[in-house]
Amino acid sequence: MLSNIRSMWLVFLRMFHKRVTVQYPEKKNYLPPRWRGRIVLTRDPDHSERCVACYLCAAACPVDCISLQATEDEKGRRYPEFFRINFSRCIFCGLCEDACPTYAIQLVPDFEMAEYNRQNLVYEKQDLLIDGQGKYHGYNFYKVAGVAVGVKEKGGGDNEDKPVDIKKLIP
Amino acid sequence: MNPIWAHILTLVLVLLVMVTIAAGLIYVERRMLAVWQDRLGPNRVGPFGLLQVMADMIKIFFKEDWIPKFADKRVFVLAPMIVMISILMTFAVIPFTPLISVVNLNIGLLFFLAMSSLGAYSIVLAGWASNNKYSLLGAIRGSAQMLSYEVFMGLSLMGVVVMAGSFNLHDIVMAQNKVWYFIPQIVGFVVFFIAGIAETHRLPFDIPEAESELVAGYHSEYSGMKFGMFFVGEYLGITLISALIVTLYFGGWRGPHFLPPVIWFLIKMFVFILIFILMRASLPRPRYDQLMSYGWKILLPLSLLNLLITGACVLYFK
Amino acid sequence: MPLGLIMAKIFVDNIEYEVPDGKNLLEVCLSLGFNLTYFCWHPAMHSVGACRQCGVVNFKDENDKRGRLVMACMQAATNGIRISIEDPRAHAFRAGNIEALMLNHPHDCPVCDEGGECHLQDMTLMSGHNYRRNTFKKRTHYNQYLGPFINHEMNRCIQCYRCVRFYNDYAGGKDFAVFAAHDDVYFGRQEEGALENEFSGNLVEVCPTGVFTDKVLRKHYTRKWDLTSAPSVCHQCSLGCNILASERYGGIRRILTRYNGDVNGYFICDRGRFGYEYANSDKRIKQALKKSGNTLQHLSKDSALQEIKDFIFSGKNIIGIGSPRASLESNFMLKELVGENNFYGGIPKQESALISQAISILHQGKVKTPSLKEVESYDAVLILGEDITNTAPMLALAVRQAAKNKPREKAYALKIPHWDDAAVREIVQGEIGPVYLLTTHHTKLDEISTKSQYTTPDDIARAGFSIAQQINHSLPTVDTADDAMQAFVAAVARDLLNAKRPLVISGTSLFSSSVIQAAANIAYALKDSGKDAGLVYAVPEVNSTGMSMMASKDLDDAIARANEGGIDALIITENDLYYRIEKNKADDFLKNCGHVLVLENLQNETTAKADYVLPAGTFAESTGTVVNNEGRAQRFYQVYKPSNDICSSWEWLNEFRNSVSDTYAENFDAVVDEMVKRYPDLQKVKFAAPDANFRKGTQKIPRETARYSGRTAMLANINVSEPKPPVDKDSPLSFTMEGYQGIPPSADIPFFWSPGWNSVQSINRYQTEVGGSLHGGNPGVRLLEPSEENKSGYFDKIPERFTKKEGEWWIIPFYHIYGSDELSVKGPALAERIPSAYISMNEKDLNKNNLREGDKVTISFSGDKINVPVKEENTLPDGVAGLPKGFEGLTGVQFPFWGKITKV
Repeated sequence: MLSNIRSMWLVFLRMFHKRVTVQYPEKKNYLPPRWRGRIVLTRDPDHSERCVACYLCAAACPVDCISLQATEDEKGRRYPEFFRINFSRCIFCGLCEDACPTYAIQLVPDFEMAEYNRQNLVYEKQDLLIDGQGKYHGYNFYKVAGVAVGVKEKGGGDNEDKPVDIKKLIP
Repeated sequence: MNPIWAHILTLVLVLLVMVTIAAGLIYVERRMLAVWQDRLGPNRVGPFGLLQVMADMIKIFFKEDWIPKFADKRVFVLAPMIVMISILMTFAVIPFTPLISVVNLNIGLLFFLAMSSLGAYSIVLAGWASNNKYSLLGAIRGSAQMLSYEVFMGLSLMGVVVMAGSFNLHDIVMAQNKVWYFIPQIVGFVVFFIAGIAETHRLPFDIPEAESELVAGYHSEYSGMKFGMFFVGEYLGITLISALIVTLYFGGWRGPHFLPPVIWFLIKMFVFILIFILMRASLPRPRYDQLMSYGWKILLPLSLLNLLITGACVLYFK
Repeated sequence: MPLGLIMAKIFVDNIEYEVPDGKNLLEVCLSLGFNLTYFCWHPAMHSVGACRQCGVVNFKDENDKRGRLVMACMQAATNGIRISIEDPRAHAFRAGNIEALMLNHPHDCPVCDEGGECHLQDMTLMSGHNYRRNTFKKRTHYNQYLGPFINHEMNRCIQCYRCVRFYNDYAGGKDFAVFAAHDDVYFGRQEEGALENEFSGNLVEVCPTGVFTDKVLRKHYTRKWDLTSAPSVCHQCSLGCNILASERYGGIRRILTRYNGDVNGYFICDRGRFGYEYANSDKRIKQALKKSGNTLQHLSKDSALQEIKDFIFSGKNIIGIGSPRASLESNFMLKELVGENNFYGGIPKQESALISQAISILHQGKVKTPSLKEVESYDAVLILGEDITNTAPMLALAVRQAAKNKPREKAYALKIPHWDDAAVREIVQGEIGPVYLLTTHHTKLDEISTKSQYTTPDDIARAGFSIAQQINHSLPTVDTADDAMQAFVAAVARDLLNAKRPLVISGTSLFSSSVIQAAANIAYALKDSGKDAGLVYAVPEVNSTGMSMMASKDLDDAIARANEGGIDALIITENDLYYRIEKNKADDFLKNCGHVLVLENLQNETTAKADYVLPAGTFAESTGTVVNNEGRAQRFYQVYKPSNDICSSWEWLNEFRNSVSDTYAENFDAVVDEMVKRYPDLQKVKFAAPDANFRKGTQKIPRETARYSGRTAMLANINVSEPKPPVDKDSPLSFTMEGYQGIPPSADIPFFWSPGWNSVQSINRYQTEVGGSLHGGNPGVRLLEPSEENKSGYFDKIPERFTKKEGEWWIIPFYHIYGSDELSVKGPALAERIPSAYISMNEKDLNKNNLREGDKVTISFSGDKINVPVKEENTLPDGVAGLPKGFEGLTGVQFPFWGKITKV
């Protein structure tokens, strides 16, 4: 009984505490630059799309809200023909960013995406692709991968020898 | 003024004020809960969010008035009406000031007890008519709870009746000219207060509608204005119990003369309403069996003891 | 080799298992369900012990604590052997080995098409190696252009040598090799160019990593986990190889081999693998069409059903033309709709008669026709007239394996187990078993033939009869063309008689019933001399056998009836008449038939002439049963539900039957039930696959993998609210990823996957033993079994010898794997490999007419003219010319025929 009255008293005293509620649209919280909101697609230092359409983000997505189709340019460089994310299903878990092997998908602090029409929450590649490299400057997947696809000469990657001349006789 | 017209005016006024207060309590409760939980509460609709009540009302009026196919339709409709009517009837006997009261009934207190017993029907009927296991479970719990707590609710009031020598609420207030009864009747007050919570099935005694166990208890199947009646009925119940506490133990309209009596009554009443809300903000719900054993094993002996001592004292000092 | 007869007790990690004797440890460990890593071993190509990846510790006895490391693939699973897979030393060895193999493997997985179904990924994970410690630079290689089918990325190679072992040793390729030395070895061609072998597509599945990947898939790349797949049957020739067809975003994405221990085993040919693109063609008919003026206008499904009912079915005399490329059910439904007397098979009389004869020989005769897989077990082969590399490619691959059987006996005599591939090949060297070819001209199998002889179709038949006579002397003697042929006949007869299991292969491709009869005679004669003989006939199309079992009349009968007049309407199901018969004949026929309704999947000349066209499903959009050349009925399933009105032909016909006669088959199984009731011969079709009520527990078999992605986004551009997934009432498969996750019944395997095994190597988990049958038996049922007593008897109608005509050529069909099939040629990748049309003749004939290779000539025959360049083919007999069959501009030609050839 006494403890009940004590807890009532303590709760009553909360009246004189500072409010934790933030008056959101008028007042906005500070969001750190690495805060994880919605995704964007970034670009390589050479300004072409970082996304290589490997489908790992789609596979990692627990709500299956990413779908894409791979295609290639004339040099064989992979890129998504379309890249669609249904933000009305997205749970902002960030697993797509974790799965992305090329730093193409990055999460930005944007979360204010409410729409009156749910259809407008379906984002296509042109809605997602930004003009910069995002958080990871200078990284180019093709420099560390084995395929050349016009980004480098064959064997011109960061950790590669020149291609073997298989017709040479020297052992 | 024609006394008949004055009566009708009082009646309409009391009805309007009480229902408005009850509706307003929806806002007050949400706001106060927020205040005690470091939040802000509804503050978007109108100044300080005051129009939230309006918004809620509009919403609830325009909701589809839906009755489940499996329900007993007539009883289903009847149940929420009983709760409103029985509580509103009780307000008729409450003396807000020496002049403002609907009737000056010489068995006012008994009338209140009778009406609050009727309130149990609304829960039983609602739960039964819903034809749903959670509703029925809620109804069974509710009826058991109300029946049990009514016993010593009545008994706890007997101390006041003995001291005032009347069932007339007007007389009881008048009898408190020397000392408010909460001092001699402190035990009776505490027991009545607890029983009042149980009667209105407010937290922590909201066992008939314990949402974590029973969905929404007896009113699981209700929506729209029928649910609204249960909802408003609950706030009317709070107001009623607060008004009775004020009348029986805290001298009714009495107070220093710089404020008119009706204001004193309302201030006192609101203090108790806020205590009701504070309890919701702070106390956890007991188990059902704990509730029952608490009532029968502690409160009932306590109220009997209180009646015995009060009677003895009254006889001794006579 | 009969397996499972003798059992051996082995101990793996101190637990006793009973396994079939005569296998190696790797095989038995995989069959027992252990996760043991390997690269160079392949179930079809066996062990060479090169990659050192399957190391296990072998203990002398239970007291031996040290043991020694052995390669599981090189160790026989003998009675009492004790090994440990889990021993820390074995673990460390395997992890270390894979680390070394991965030294130069590039960081390519995200852009590699093998990713997600990569044996190297699986094995790396399984071995426990996970971090590259080597800091030196990676070696790189230039890639080669290998044609329209295969993509080459040599950087990824881990030197397991599986590709050369398959391409050269197994499939007999000549244009692929390993170059250079040590860690620079290079697998490719001497110079860039398309891989010539017909089975090059299997490199995609054989290569454990992404060196060889599917270039056609690359154009619309989709990961394995995102594909909706269904078990299907290849529609590109008569062998009925089992395939897995996969779809994404409403298009077929790729074809993979579906292992069937009785049919195609681990491989399929390139026509089957890459010839699916017509299913995605722009020429697909996706909606009902109605002729108005000279154009076709679109019609909604409901109005099409109503209009066609009023317009076509108001007529009294309606005839139906079936098709050898439509399923049994579609042909049956057409027959039900128009009535027994009004149903005609969709092929000319000549072809129909040949197929019927082949069926009756297999059914009435006493010689068994082996399954495609059994062909590999014969030890002497004679091929009569058929260019099987081009008409039935997988049969050629099977014959290539059969050719190795006899020489290998030497190795077995030395107690070398059959799986010890390197040792066996060391003994065999270049030796090839008796394979005799008697064809009209040089064919690719000449590479492995003991002797090949080229002559005219009639002389092939005569030589065949002569061989039969040499085996069974009671038969009438037949004289052959010359001494060379005489010697050949004698050699063939001798080697067939010397063999334990001789096999005769022939087919309908020469349009000669004498050749078919001669082949039967040889097989009968061998059987009579106590041999376990086999007889295989290649037939033209996927369901030629099935349709012929159902149709008593043919296209020519229909034309004759139309000429009499009185036909109100004609219904053609999945058949292009202009592909079957000459243009003017087809024109007249369609004119004589009043209204024409065509159910077809691609626009063609017939659909252009039709009053109404309905969109019929290809193998991808329909469910049905087809019967292959062996008489094996096999079920293929709809891969996906198209968003347009395309559906199985039998579904359309079922709708019409409902509106005309008020009988409606509820689903596919109801159609099959009706069919088997009507045709007792087809009784077993009911057991070709589980029916639609089949459940594993309470669950259907999902067509999608558990990791299928994009469900809530793939259609979100159309509508953000996801539609209800389609329901399949015709099969035990579901169109979603929900359902039974274990191993489904063998006929209903939509993809191969098992935990830890994402690549096709997971097949090991689906088999009772490595290379054996699938769990629950291989799918498909044989409808044709030989009769005990020889009802058909020896054939005695020996054709006259071929006589030349002055100034005219006997023009026979030449077949091409890429080009001689009606539908596969409509795909762009395969079209790249189609040679341009030509006419071949030998040098003597060329010189006689002052022709030189490349000259344009006009072939004139029965009022028709064709212009093609001439090509030299010296093995052709005099007075005979070869014209490719089914090429653009050459469709509808009725082979063989006499034609005049004049220089343009």
